[in-house]
Amino acid sequence: MIDENIKLMAHLMRRAGFGASRDELERRVAVGYEATVEELLNPDAQEPVDYYEFLRYYPNWWKPGTQGGRGHAGWVWRMIKTQAPLQEKLCLFYHQLFATGVSKVDHYDEIEDMLDMFREKGMCSYKTILMEVARNPAMLFWLDNHENHATSVNENWGRELLELFSMGIGNYTETDVRECSRAFTGWTMTHKLPRFHMGRFDWEFEFRPEDHDAGEKEFLGHTGNFDGEEIIDIILSKPATAAFIARHLYTFFVADEHQVPAWSVTPPKDPDAVQAIAKRLIDTDYNMGEAMRFILLSDFFKEAQFAKVKNPTEVVIGTLRLVGDTDRVSPKTMDWCIDITNMGQDLMNPPSVEGWHSGIEWINSGTLMKRTNFTAELISEYSRPGVVNIMNRVKSAGTAPEAVVDACLEVMGPLEIPAGARQELIDHATSLGPIDWANESASDGGAARVSELIQLIVSLREYQFA
Amino acid sequence: MRLDDKVGFHPSMKPIQKMYQDGNVAILHGVGYENSPRSHFRSMDIWHTCEPDTLGTEGWLARIVRDLDPDKDNVVTAVSMGPSLFRALVGPGVPVATVENIDSYGMLTGLTPEEKLSRVLSRYRRVYSPAIGTGPVMDYLGQTGRDALEGADILAAAPANYSSNIEYADSPVGKKLKGIAQIHLAGLGSRIFYLDHGGFDTHADQISTHSRLWEEVSRGIQDFFDDLKTHGEADNVVMFLFSEFGRRVQDNGGGTDHGAGGVCLVIGDNVKGGQYGEYPSTREADLEQGDLVPSTDFRSVYTTLVEDWMGLDPTEVVGGTFEKPEFILK
Repeated sequence: MIDENIKLMAHLMRRAGFGASRDELERRVAVGYEATVEELLNPDAQEPVDYYEFLRYYPNWWKPGTQGGRGHAGWVWRMIKTQAPLQEKLCLFYHQLFATGVSKVDHYDEIEDMLDMFREKGMCSYKTILMEVARNPAMLFWLDNHENHATSVNENWGRELLELFSMGIGNYTETDVRECSRAFTGWTMTHKLPRFHMGRFDWEFEFRPEDHDAGEKEFLGHTGNFDGEEIIDIILSKPATAAFIARHLYTFFVADEHQVPAWSVTPPKDPDAVQAIAKRLIDTDYNMGEAMRFILLSDFFKEAQFAKVKNPTEVVIGTLRLVGDTDRVSPKTMDWCIDITNMGQDLMNPPSVEGWHSGIEWINSGTLMKRTNFTAELISEYSRPGVVNIMNRVKSAGTAPEAVVDACLEVMGPLEIPAGARQELIDHATSLGPIDWANESASDGGAARVSELIQLIVSLREYQFA
Repeated sequence: MRLDDKVGFHPSMKPIQKMYQDGNVAILHGVGYENSPRSHFRSMDIWHTCEPDTLGTEGWLARIVRDLDPDKDNVVTAVSMGPSLFRALVGPGVPVATVENIDSYGMLTGLTPEEKLSRVLSRYRRVYSPAIGTGPVMDYLGQTGRDALEGADILAAAPANYSSNIEYADSPVGKKLKGIAQIHLAGLGSRIFYLDHGGFDTHADQISTHSRLWEEVSRGIQDFFDDLKTHGEADNVVMFLFSEFGRRVQDNGGGTDHGAGGVCLVIGDNVKGGQYGEYPSTREADLEQGDLVPSTDFRSVYTTLVEDWMGLDPTEVVGGTFEKPEFILK
């Protein structure tokens, strides 16, 4: 009954983007799956988001500095508006991977700059990304590399580079952490000046040769006077690194996995898939665009529908893109920032450098309430163009409760739910008498009834999956 | 602030020092475990699950909740002061209320009128019924949904019935402790509350950051116990403070890197104040990779809490038999 092409396209757009309306899905199915993947991989071919439009409404968000809890509003706007959703989705991927937060950096501007870099270079080589991150002032400060001196080594960046950003626990020794950290001594930032009345000075990367330990290092079986870039080259030459990045890509784009700290003691859920992605990374010099193309076209990806719990950003952005009325900058943009936070994902302010625990750990009694309440409330706003569209499509299904329920599930996903849950929805549709589309303004008219049904649908367990 | 010729409290911890002088604070030295990985994340997992070698799937506190309430009669037996649900509380089939802001804890609160809300909620209950499920993830979501509905009904009473003359300090930890006091004082049968405060990962700028953090924590704890005392409810609470590891002995110029052995605190009227465990040697020859060698296994500390305070058999909960420091008054 459900159109398989529409279903697959909906899957692609949920994963490589933030979901799509039924109209968009139909347009994309007409173009084809592979052509859509190519379009997603070429963000530059799309009209860019007019960021100045956002700034006209929120001028203080040009360098948001310390806008408490809302410094990511500009990014939220980009995610709602973008025509190149994979580009923003990759930003979210890298932000989760290189989790850097204002709780310490105290300066949204610098984290925005890091996001801009991910937006620009997210489909380049992973080496490019690592080198950029290693020289990124927000990261340098976040992991204290500005305190990593030739005379007194600070291991914070060196350790996380190995543990979280490239290899994972079990593939290096404490000596490697030490030697790696030594190689990044002198990689620092320009003076961190205090705030003044016009805001702050931008931070810049700076290499200080006099503070760099140029001595011999023994790292992962190699010996030499390595600097940071040579260390990164050695890291990337190890198969463990490709496997680790592949597992990150798998977890974020394909199916929920164990949390990162468990990776050293548990094998991947789908070792073949992870190995195939790793091989693709090695074969293409870690080209992330190629890895994404490989994943999105693979069978293991296509078969992994609804194998992920939506993260809070996907819930909020996905719902907003579905209900529409986002042409102009909304005064509610700031509320939406807080909504994402309340569901457990304070963007640009992750709980730690490990990023957020994902998958089922997004869900607890509190966050499930926040998700349900947010989505149900937005979907109940009749005047939004996306909701009008949903109503019109359901209306064309007629008045039989079964047909109405199935039409709702189609247009809200398409969503497949167990027979028992479907029967509950049908009973709910029937419980107030026949559905009447003739009298739309009536409080018990067809629209009001369908509104209640789709609020129930977004409260379903099945709706929490991407 | 010196306690003896060896140890002292940070000057920002005055309220805790006062409690120590009153005999209500136990200090546990050198707590940790063998082969500490020095990774926050792996280490936190180990503390939460008591599984140093494999991936633990069950939190130690979740096992306590199951022992206390095997039939799941009370979905607010354990409360996680969110937004996150801490891994120590995660276990299959164990209900936990995760509350970030108790005032807005409720399902589909935007639905009006009341009649429509109750109609949709009763359908929601049916759709989330245990019979309809496909696999552990769906079952977990189903149970979470049902527990959320029930917990919201129960917890709604807490802020409404609460009044206090204690003005909590305006800090994240102060807010969470106030929420805990509200729920505890409402007498809803909650036995375990979990909250966190950070970030203590002071690789840099340790002196000023540490001051601020301990000031927030100490003030919050003082407000919390004062609040409970005012209501005559302080004698049935024990507070346990830990972090996943200590810091390196040698500083790195501005701060300290990840270490191994650390310190725990236990606070409350029923605590036998004093110092427990051996303070690990700080002599360079005795350090392991520059870190203090733990002298007390963290599961020892758990053992006392489980057996002497909660009155439960600790063996299953902590995964073995460990020495038991006697820091709870009998």
